[in-house]
Amino acid sequence: MTSLQIVVTLVGIAAIVWVNWYFFLTTQRPVAAAASGTGPQLVRIVVEGGYSPSVVTVEAGRPVRLEFERRESSGCTEEVVVPDFGIRTFLPAHQITPVQFTPVKPGTYEFTCGMGMVRGRLIASPRPGAPS
Amino acid sequence: MATTQTSLEQCTIPVSGMTCAACSARIQRTLERREGVSAANVNLMTGSATVSYDPAAVSPEALVDAIRATGYGAELPRPGDSPESLLGAQDAARAEEIAELRHKLLVSLGAAAVAMVFSLPLMESLGHGRDPLMLLMAPFSALVHRVAPGVYDLSPRVLRLILLLLTLPVVGWAGRHFYTRAWTAFRHHSADMNTLIAVGTGAAFVYSLFATAADRWLASRGIEPHVYYESVLWIIALVLLGNLLEARAKGRTSGAIRRLIGLRPATARVLRDGAEAEIPLAALRMSDEVVIRPGETVPADGVVLEGGSWVDESMLTGEPVPVRKDVGDRVAGATLNRNGAFHFRVDRLGGDSTLSRIIRLVQQAQGARAPIQRLADRISAVFVPVVLSIAIATFVLWVDFGPDPAFLNALVAAVTVLIIACPCAMGLAVPTAVMVSTGRSAELGILIRGGEALERSERLQTVVFDKTGTLTEGRPVVQQIVTQGTSSAELLRLAASVERLSGHPLGEALVMEAERQGLTLDAVSGLEVRTGRGVLGAVSGRRVAVGNRAFLEELGVDPSALSGDAEKLAAEGHTPLFVALDARLAGLVTVADPIKPESAEAVARLRRMRLETVLLSGDISATAEAVGRTVGVDRVVADVLPEAKLAEIRRLQEQGRTVAMVGDGLNDAPALAQADVGVAMGTGTDVAMEAGAVTLMRGDPRGVPEAILLARSTMRVIRQNLFWAFIYNVIGIPVAAGVLYPAFGIRLTPTMAAAAMAISSVTVVSNSLRLRRLGGRAVAHSERTAHV
Repeated sequence: MTSLQIVVTLVGIAAIVWVNWYFFLTTQRPVAAAASGTGPQLVRIVVEGGYSPSVVTVEAGRPVRLEFERRESSGCTEEVVVPDFGIRTFLPAHQITPVQFTPVKPGTYEFTCGMGMVRGRLIASPRPGAPS
Repeated sequence: MATTQTSLEQCTIPVSGMTCAACSARIQRTLERREGVSAANVNLMTGSATVSYDPAAVSPEALVDAIRATGYGAELPRPGDSPESLLGAQDAARAEEIAELRHKLLVSLGAAAVAMVFSLPLMESLGHGRDPLMLLMAPFSALVHRVAPGVYDLSPRVLRLILLLLTLPVVGWAGRHFYTRAWTAFRHHSADMNTLIAVGTGAAFVYSLFATAADRWLASRGIEPHVYYESVLWIIALVLLGNLLEARAKGRTSGAIRRLIGLRPATARVLRDGAEAEIPLAALRMSDEVVIRPGETVPADGVVLEGGSWVDESMLTGEPVPVRKDVGDRVAGATLNRNGAFHFRVDRLGGDSTLSRIIRLVQQAQGARAPIQRLADRISAVFVPVVLSIAIATFVLWVDFGPDPAFLNALVAAVTVLIIACPCAMGLAVPTAVMVSTGRSAELGILIRGGEALERSERLQTVVFDKTGTLTEGRPVVQQIVTQGTSSAELLRLAASVERLSGHPLGEALVMEAERQGLTLDAVSGLEVRTGRGVLGAVSGRRVAVGNRAFLEELGVDPSALSGDAEKLAAEGHTPLFVALDARLAGLVTVADPIKPESAEAVARLRRMRLETVLLSGDISATAEAVGRTVGVDRVVADVLPEAKLAEIRRLQEQGRTVAMVGDGLNDAPALAQADVGVAMGTGTDVAMEAGAVTLMRGDPRGVPEAILLARSTMRVIRQNLFWAFIYNVIGIPVAAGVLYPAFGIRLTPTMAAAAMAISSVTVVSNSLRLRRLGGRAVAHSERTAHV
């Protein structure tokens, strides 16, 4: 094996490790929804190549309003799906589209693009003081 | 979308008559000054005002009035029209996307074709004579030799520069979105199809750029300064072509919903202050009296006040035969009036109307995730990074073990891996099929609540029918009259007269039959109702008793003379009513709930599909058995109390069977919910739609086998799609990486990979679109094939 081949092999292995680390292991910091009095818990999610924030924490048992602000016209993100609540909504480009539902039970719910490639998570935690 | 009291609502009001920015500004100021309005935005271009308001303080109607007060026209937004407007926006976005893709595709194709001409001399100089692609190119090459021999006189340096000039606009404009989208995704630690295209073409382009700039340096080291501009051009052109075809096909998957929405008429003719006025549908209010002329579409749900007609309800129920509507009958919006004319009172509008509920259910079904998709989901989530890893590994292996020029071969193989991988096919496999099939079913009057319901319907083993209203018409009818002495008309007249006030459904059957025969019923005196046994009273001076055998015996009348007839008819499923006149047996009237004419065929079809059929009934066993025999079910379970229906379903499930329960959705809602698939069957457009996993808009039990066949066909298409998407990647990626090279010398080029990828996602969507043709004859055909 030539020295060039050794260098290519080592760089290649490092690149594979980095790709997997970058896409799988770097975690996104969850963002808590803003709650106002008795209104729904509100989160603005920017849709641009992905969802940011992509992890949202809310309180279970209260309505959640996700406001998707789509800042691109890429076909991939044109729809958002919240499978557990039977929601499939078109997101017009460069507009804010609200999606509202109530996660009754605590748990993790996914929201994805129409094809399931771009994804985000909604973590509903038990309400403080609510019987578990 | 439900909002709580404190939150703001938003509505968009169409405004007409605006000519300049001053107009829109004036309306905007007016709206903003209203109490309860937190923000208003009036758009001159779209002719609309978008207002955020507190519903507790101000109503949309008040906002419309406020706009009208400024001298401009305004209409209230149609209630619940958001699905339409969103769909409209989606259509517009898709049309724009398609137009843009088409432009980009034409430019890329043009550049790629020209690039082919200028690449020929470079390729031929490399002497890849044995390359199969070069053999294919031979006629083209001969043509170029003849038509433009000058190309061959250009130096490789000039050729490379020309190719670079052709590639720049394509990479910088037509394919630019691949790179920008890949970059935004990357910033979010995610990767998609754009990442693969961007990295693949990017690597080929950057290397070619380097080879163009440093050709002398490479040549001095004995390396051929090979360029891949042509591959980059073809990849971008072919991927754009794939995207274009996919966008067009995806637009068609929601065609059924679009057709349903398009059923609403634009206007309605109402009677206000005694005069007819044609008003926009948006202005229609509850309790309006609407006038319908022959050939017109019913604009909303309501009850017929006067007149009558035959109404075509096929667009909602799939029922091909028009339905008779008379005073007191319900009519549904979007149905088509045939020849008569009538007035009706609007009692359901907007989101509550039958059509809106159907649309909502179909949209929910299309949004729900099918369990079968879980595997595809799990794979899509890791797909792109895994492919990137495989591409890097491919590169390393070719450099380490491949033949010379190792670096170039490695680059080509890695780029081919990136380009051939197609995550789109996997992502599209299930949702497109579910969308097409739920939409198509809705057109056939079958509402399926999404992927999970489809999956379970496919796995069904047992179909349990509730009897009354499902396999039978649900209203008893007089079947036979046996008399002793009196005429049958007189017997019926007297019996119906006492039964008229009894309120019993069997009694109602007698009254209806008497009315049908044009008999005049007499007043009854001294009426006595003995629940569960019979009624007694005086009519036209005669003492009339109608009831069961025990009732007559109680009155001291001997029913034995007609007992034989009664028993015989009871075995056929009739309920016998003995009639005594002046304490002497006078005759027998039998009543039965007639079996629907389609029931036997429905059961036969289910049995041909190898499904066990069970009849569940609250009736006594003789009646239930008789119905069961006539329609041909495998098993009859009679004497079941309504509460026990649920237990019966559970018992079947405990035996390990997947059970469908078919009922009206009202009395048997718990059993429907317990079943693996609850099938709510309506009569006409009035149906408990939300009760079952499947709703049949038509009271025809043949909808049950049809729904199951639809589910089977859909699941078959989903499996084909998933299989194709998996197998495509599982075979395509290793071949692109070069696994067949050591043994067979087979390698793919990046251009071939791009073509394969474009074909694969289009194949999946097209396969799903086949489901648009389901139903009617197609269903009958697949039943035959399923049977064989």
